[in-house]
Amino acid sequence: MTRAPEIPGRFLGIRITPLTQRRLANFRRNRRGVWSLWLFMVLFLGSLFAEGVANDKPLLVRFDGAFYAPVFVDYPETTFGGEFLTEADYRDPFVSDLIKAKGWMVWPPIRYSYDTINYDLKVPAPAPPSLQNWLGTDDQGRDVVARLIYGFRISVLFGLTLTLCSAFVGVSIGAFQGFYGGLTDLLGQRFIEIWGGMPMLYLLIIMASVITPNFWWLLGLMLLFSWMGFVGVVRAEFLKARNLDFVRAAKALGVGDFKIIYKHVLPNAMVATVTFMPFTLAGSITTLTGLDFLGFGLPAGSPSLGELLNQGKANLQAPWLGLSGFFVIAIMLSLLVFIGEAVRDAFDPRKTLR
Amino acid sequence: MSPLLEISDLHASFGFGENEVRAVRNASLAIEKGETHALVGESGSGKSVTALSVMQLLPYPLAHHPGGSITFQGEQLMAAPSWKMREIRGNRIAMIFQEPLTSLNPLHSIEKQISEVLFLHKALSRDEAHARVLELLDLVGLPEAKSRLNALPHEFSGGQQQRVMIAMALANDPDLLIADEPTTALDVTIQAQVLALLKDLQQKLGMALLLITHDLGIVRHMADTVSVMNDGEIVEQGDLAQVFENPQHAYTQHLLAAEPKGRPDPVAENAPTIMAGHDVKVWFPIKKGVIRRTAGYVKAVDGISLTVRQGHTLGIVGESGSGKSTLGRALLRLEKSNGEVAFEGRSLQALQGKALRPFRREMQIVFQDPYGSLSPRLTIRQIVEEGLLVHGIGGDFDERRHLVVDALEEVGLEADMLNRYPHEFSGGQRQRIAIARALILKPKFIVLDEPTSALDMSVQAQIVDLLRDLQKNHDLAYLFISHDLKVIRAMAHEILVMREGRVVEQGTADAILDNPQDPYTRALMAAAFELKADDTGAVRV
Repeated sequence: MTRAPEIPGRFLGIRITPLTQRRLANFRRNRRGVWSLWLFMVLFLGSLFAEGVANDKPLLVRFDGAFYAPVFVDYPETTFGGEFLTEADYRDPFVSDLIKAKGWMVWPPIRYSYDTINYDLKVPAPAPPSLQNWLGTDDQGRDVVARLIYGFRISVLFGLTLTLCSAFVGVSIGAFQGFYGGLTDLLGQRFIEIWGGMPMLYLLIIMASVITPNFWWLLGLMLLFSWMGFVGVVRAEFLKARNLDFVRAAKALGVGDFKIIYKHVLPNAMVATVTFMPFTLAGSITTLTGLDFLGFGLPAGSPSLGELLNQGKANLQAPWLGLSGFFVIAIMLSLLVFIGEAVRDAFDPRKTLR
Repeated sequence: MSPLLEISDLHASFGFGENEVRAVRNASLAIEKGETHALVGESGSGKSVTALSVMQLLPYPLAHHPGGSITFQGEQLMAAPSWKMREIRGNRIAMIFQEPLTSLNPLHSIEKQISEVLFLHKALSRDEAHARVLELLDLVGLPEAKSRLNALPHEFSGGQQQRVMIAMALANDPDLLIADEPTTALDVTIQAQVLALLKDLQQKLGMALLLITHDLGIVRHMADTVSVMNDGEIVEQGDLAQVFENPQHAYTQHLLAAEPKGRPDPVAENAPTIMAGHDVKVWFPIKKGVIRRTAGYVKAVDGISLTVRQGHTLGIVGESGSGKSTLGRALLRLEKSNGEVAFEGRSLQALQGKALRPFRREMQIVFQDPYGSLSPRLTIRQIVEEGLLVHGIGGDFDERRHLVVDALEEVGLEADMLNRYPHEFSGGQRQRIAIARALILKPKFIVLDEPTSALDMSVQAQIVDLLRDLQKNHDLAYLFISHDLKVIRAMAHEILVMREGRVVEQGTADAILDNPQDPYTRALMAAAFELKADDTGAVRV
């Protein structure tokens, strides 16, 4: 008998089994996927702190011997010796002069938030790229870079939430159908066929005329349809696994159905699910962008990539709108697909290390 | 004269650098014309790789040969160009594989598949090929060959499929036939027939046979010369008699001593009944038509009555498809059945879900395939411990750990294996883990569903010994399901012979083994112990 390797080590408290090691190695071998993952993580983490990157309020104000953090706290103009009790507009030369007289301000690299309108444009909006507005402004005078950063964040967050929720729903239903099979499976499959035949876009358009869509409404409506993709793969894995001997052995031990599903079969079905996820994420983002483009998506004024594309279409004389929107979406989706491919490689048992 | 096939100092490796696996090292053997050479070894010993090297059928370039030479009829085959190998394969050297169904193309008729070889090498006309195919099928003894030429492979039984494979291999009168475990996937009675056919054909056609097998009974019956392989090297070589009567190498001695032997220990006659089944039936409906009307039933188990006593082993013998595994599962209520099933006098049939759970503690099962019966993503501790958690026994974390360690040590494993995963263990070790999982609940009754069939011969004997010891120590009742009469002889006190869901013969082990009454049982014994093909008609082809 050859001695098996030592008990696997741990990484951040998670056991690294030889299988996981193999998968990590396979993932790392896909250089494009690794680079995409790093780039995406940097972009995503950066956009999570968008308020510190692109904002119309300074990060830190030193005024009259005290510190102020306008990003977190609203200060009335009177705090800095102004006249109004409304929140201070730090971009107003009057306020900015007051503060500079008795202290200083630290600005984020981009001095616009997604809804800041630049009233100092030399040309009518949409204004072309300039030193103030690196990618120009849109047709309401809002900075494109700021809108892209916030739009990227909301797209990815929406996609991630939708993917995780639909994975949860889809995997649960698929597991249930596959494990019990028979009539349960038959009825479930027919329901999915009917439900999948519903014209999702029209439904969303009709709903948009009844309610005012916001982030959560859209998420809920799209979740009604997006879970079905997961059912197929998970169901197939369960149909296969439920007749394997280790499931029978668990039954013979008296283990309950729920525990068998959760502990014995689900880990085997997760490979297919995890492989599927990055592609669902890309799909969710595309759908949201499409809805925004058509005007049935996020409420007006929200920073959204689809809305930017729509402006680009309406203002063909301002190519910076369409082009910057296109490149951000194209890069984001490509990164996700590359990551997805690397994940797929990592879980591919036939991929041999050589 | 130089031998027909000569392999000298053959090496075969998979992978490169650090990951290189040296599957065959320094193998040399020679086969004369008309001779049968057996290559014996346990799984993973490199015997198939050696044979595939001759045909250059390994997955090159991942596989490669760091050295050695293979000469066939004076020609060097090592690194021969692919056109030359194509000319040799299927023509001068033919091969038959272990699994007949997967080595035939399921979408082509058997005539098409056999004549393909003829068209390739002999350039026969359609009519000539047709005649030759009929002649071949006649030669291998396929009944009603003429009317079944257009049949697809799945319409034949396993033995018939293997006959078709043999016909295909013989189509061009090869000088050498390589048979890679030709009968392992077949039932014992069919196995005896196929072996008899191979021997007969070899004598008729005068070809040489390279027989690869792990079964020493087959070797003893078929071979002229033997090579014993272990871990990629040929450890012993010579004439059959010389190797078997007077083995020199320790491994050969170990292999020869490893066949399951002995008889079970005697037990009390009046032991209490643990498990009783009366008129147990498992019928699977066959559904037909649009509305899925039940058109008939597959009677997997058709009215079987049995009792298993404390400390006794009831052996269930039968060939594949006889319903023996279904019977075992029906007794444990893992399969819906009709009829009466009682555990220690309490009926199980009416119980559902939670009410059944206390009984689950008392009766356990060990499955055939040790690779499929352990959850691949749980550690050994989690697997063995599960029963304790379900039944709420074993106290806290540390106490359970003690119980798991005790169970593992009882089946001959060590405590430091707790945190490893099933894939790190060999087949025999996994089967021990599966036994530990069943044993930790201290059951009174265990169904052993072919627990030794997927294991190597020497490991089989160890598991049989282990099971016998456990039975003695815990006074366990076993239902031992097997197709292998040698193992049954070593384990069972009583035997029940099954065929097509019904009992053929039932009685004490001695009575059945020494004096079988039914012709089917007799044919089974002859095939299993003497590899004698039955021609009384008790066994269908």
